[in-house]
Amino acid sequence: MSETARDRILARLRGAPRQEAPSPDVPAPAAAAPDRAARVARLKSLMETVRAEVHVLPAAEWIARLKEVLGARAIKTLLYAPGTDLGSAVAAAWQPDAAGLPELVAYAEPVESFKERLFGVEAALTTAAGAVADTGALILRPTGAEPRLMSLVPPVHIAVLRADTVYPSLEDAMREGRWAEGMPSNLLLISGPSKTADIELILAFGVHGPKELIVLIVE
Amino acid sequence: MAVESFEKSVDRALADAQLRKNFAFAMGNFILKRRAVFSDAEETERLRALGNAIKQRALSRLPDLLEQLEAACTRNGIRVHWAETTAVANRIVLEVIESHAAGRVVKGKSMVSEEMHLNAFLGAHGIEAIETDLGEFIIQLAGETPSHIIVPAIHKNKAQIAKIFHDKVPGAPYTEEVAELNAIARRTLRRKFYEAGIGLSGVNFAVAETGTLCLVENEGNGRMCTTVPPVHIAVMGLEKVVEKLADLPPLLRLLTGSATGQLVTTYVNLITSPRRAGEKDGPTEVHLVILDNGRSRIYQDPELRQTLQCVRCGTCLNHCPVYTRIGGHAYGFVYPGPIGKILTPQVEGLEKAGGLAFASSLCGACEEVCPVKIPITSLLRRLRDESYSREPQGTVPGRGCRQNLTERLAWGGWAFLNTHPRLNRMVTALLGMAGDYLPPAGPLERWMRYRTEPQFAGKGLHRRAKEEGIADE
Repeated sequence: MSETARDRILARLRGAPRQEAPSPDVPAPAAAAPDRAARVARLKSLMETVRAEVHVLPAAEWIARLKEVLGARAIKTLLYAPGTDLGSAVAAAWQPDAAGLPELVAYAEPVESFKERLFGVEAALTTAAGAVADTGALILRPTGAEPRLMSLVPPVHIAVLRADTVYPSLEDAMREGRWAEGMPSNLLLISGPSKTADIELILAFGVHGPKELIVLIVE
Repeated sequence: MAVESFEKSVDRALADAQLRKNFAFAMGNFILKRRAVFSDAEETERLRALGNAIKQRALSRLPDLLEQLEAACTRNGIRVHWAETTAVANRIVLEVIESHAAGRVVKGKSMVSEEMHLNAFLGAHGIEAIETDLGEFIIQLAGETPSHIIVPAIHKNKAQIAKIFHDKVPGAPYTEEVAELNAIARRTLRRKFYEAGIGLSGVNFAVAETGTLCLVENEGNGRMCTTVPPVHIAVMGLEKVVEKLADLPPLLRLLTGSATGQLVTTYVNLITSPRRAGEKDGPTEVHLVILDNGRSRIYQDPELRQTLQCVRCGTCLNHCPVYTRIGGHAYGFVYPGPIGKILTPQVEGLEKAGGLAFASSLCGACEEVCPVKIPITSLLRRLRDESYSREPQGTVPGRGCRQNLTERLAWGGWAFLNTHPRLNRMVTALLGMAGDYLPPAGPLERWMRYRTEPQFAGKGLHRRAKEEGIADE
């Protein structure tokens, strides 16, 4: 039955008068690409206006800053992705002496058996695959090792971004990352913590997704 | 009949001071936010031209793109269903739900599901559909329908929402604190996301090139609905397809800038496949229901086809002097405001909904801000013409339904009067003398209900021209 509905719909559409040649794309004015420092600065300022917390720091310092960020919030459990560079670094940093640090929770099994733990964890650490400077958003490409729900379910989301992956625009990110040649099962742009203005247009944060988004941009 | 009840609901809305206040405040706010994000007029114009070109290009290749979308989705593991009517679409959704023996569905915001009246349909089959967008959650608790495409509960104020939550959410205290109301919704719905067997969502753009569904949102409930439950069902109108990924950046800028004055939403969610081998979460099944419901008929007319460019940003509502004063419910159909006035009569027919096309001063505010440049006022005029049309050919259901003898005689008389100079002179002179004493009855009475009485000049134009020595042919 579905099959014939399809044929009828398509037949009706094909039977319609042909539209005159569609207007061509309007090219964007060639703008000079902002340099890396300017891109990072714009990303930081835009994300801060939508209440993300953004730290720009040398690569050697990110673990220390992560510990500070977690400590300041007295976070007791941190979800991480074993098998990723980030996950291995965190596990190693927790290794010698984890006293006073949050308990590490590994997302190591399918959600079906992990759901209860997942919905109870306080914070999650993920990689950002890149970012878009002109609108201010992170790009996340969840993987088998670093699943989709890490950036959604825990109330605090901490993302680590390499400064050299901040693209001027979404167009640039798509082109340079060759998105059209193979999309991951889920790709996300995330610009801040979850929010809503559905009641009298009053802005409130943390309605369904994370209440806080913390971005560590490493140089 | 629909016209009369529309007029009545307009009167009721206009008499509701609280409602007018809520809308005037919210719409004013939206206008300012949009203006702030589109502050560069030249760049905004360029972007709108681009948006228009992208949607026109997609529409010009619509059947090909839909086939390409279907093929790409199928390749990605997304199951594609086609529905000619909302009844069939509902049936497809129900079959998927029943095949999983699920009793509860969590829903992200979807106007197409409103068009399908899906919640009522599922309810009648014993399935609970829970709206999870905060605004939708509020109005579902209140037993109402959305009054705005983007902010569905904007007609309610804090006190009203506080009462709804207190009355309808078990254990919820009475509070007018927005942060606390928010927390109540979060607490209540987290549990539902956790438990639900099916998540349902709409689609903002479907990319034919890669078989990707693009959803935008701020709350995260859309991601919850499309990621936590084992099954995700997406419903879309067939006009949502775009050709390629590269079309998305400008469309997203236009959509979020126009809708809420944001550069980008909190989340842009690009879904290309169900959970793949080796992945630990995401739905194991994704279904896409492509709905026609009159769209392929709208597509038959090259001018009216432009209605299908709409990206459902809602900015035409925000800028409409009529919508701002009467709110969304008064329109009596799912899609309110200017877009509703051109879309609904074409879907529901002119007999049932043609009156909407007349509820406009044709001021054009909507058209000036439409991100894809739909010529809304031209389409409104076109639908008005269709209502009186006597041409045998046409695609709009109910065309010619407003034809009547009185009007035909009146226009016939008008034409006769203006093609017979002697008679014209006589009547003009007569109206100049006696026009101001016309009794306010019949059509004149109706006209004068909302307008001041026409004032007749003592002398007609022709006579004055002659007196002033101006050549008058």
